[in-house]
Amino acid sequence: MSLLTALRICLLFGTASLLSIGGGNSVVPEMQLQAVQIYHWLTAAQFADIFAIAQAAPGPSILIVTLIGYQAAGFAGALLATAAMILPAGLLVYAFARSWQHATHAPWRIAFEHGLAPIAVGLVLASGVVVARTADHSWSQYALTAAATFIFCTTKLNPLIVVAAAAAIGWAGFA
Amino acid sequence: MNDAALEPAEAPPVASSLELALTFNRIALASFGGGLSAWSRQVVVEERGWMSDEEFLSAMTICRVLPGANQVNLAVFVGAKLRGASGALAAVLGLIALPIAIVLGLGTLYAAYHSDPSVQAALRGVVAASVALSLSMAYKTGRKTLRSAGPWVLFAVSFFFSAIVRVPLLPMLAVLAPLGLWWAWPKRQAT
Repeated sequence: MSLLTALRICLLFGTASLLSIGGGNSVVPEMQLQAVQIYHWLTAAQFADIFAIAQAAPGPSILIVTLIGYQAAGFAGALLATAAMILPAGLLVYAFARSWQHATHAPWRIAFEHGLAPIAVGLVLASGVVVARTADHSWSQYALTAAATFIFCTTKLNPLIVVAAAAAIGWAGFA
Repeated sequence: MNDAALEPAEAPPVASSLELALTFNRIALASFGGGLSAWSRQVVVEERGWMSDEEFLSAMTICRVLPGANQVNLAVFVGAKLRGASGALAAVLGLIALPIAIVLGLGTLYAAYHSDPSVQAALRGVVAASVALSLSMAYKTGRKTLRSAGPWVLFAVSFFFSAIVRVPLLPMLAVLAPLGLWWAWPKRQAT
């Protein structure tokens, strides 16, 4: 891994870490923009596949950065990207966790709870739409996304079952 | 909603760092395909009794609005509560160590087989379903948070600039986050 690549990985994911308000998925559009269109570490199609792998695999879906780092600079890149993504926000949360417990009725706590949540919802929806635009190419894929969304929203079914079913539907040639 | 003061008067729960790491490892492995936050609550609140439901839910809210992956943040939060800095580190490592190996393994398999047409066809299905996970999460969280005009405006603006215009996140949040905090600051009878 070249020093420049290491620096870019630290900068991209360290920044993404601090900007990922509303969870890791909110910076997926930003990571896609930089990793695909600016640094060319991977193609848009590869990015969509990696997104799917990280979503379906156990653990936090933010481990998409592990795979992006792997594409950029192999195993070392994978570990560096993961650390860069987790450390800055983790330190912030740690400091926050300590002060939060002493501020049950403070105005800032109420403002944080109510003011940032709607922005986060917009970002999460945007991440779904952005990936759908690069990944879903056929009407049958859109239909599959719509059906799976409906199932996720209305039932308590383990998402893995739906993901596996979708894989089977795709494998059988219907997506 | 918070009329009862929830001072943790009773003895705080104790856990070793190893226990924290193993517990979060179990949570991570249970979440194959998603549902990580549901599993976190199940284990942290019901099985371990490390937090009450109220405390867990407000911790979830913080972890959602603070930057960082929600579940990683939650591990930091729970670990910090039970065992300070070393607890936070143990919980995070427990949560991600094995999943990192799994995700890299899946990624390698993908590199070896991604040109196989049937693997590509199956992946098209998986991608379609994983997009659905994001969409349904937006729906579920939106149903709880978008209850008046203010939140709807914040939601619509952030979606529009992130998905349609594709503005980089930093300038967008620099404008939008202060607006959100200003709107939600309890000056009068907010909400």
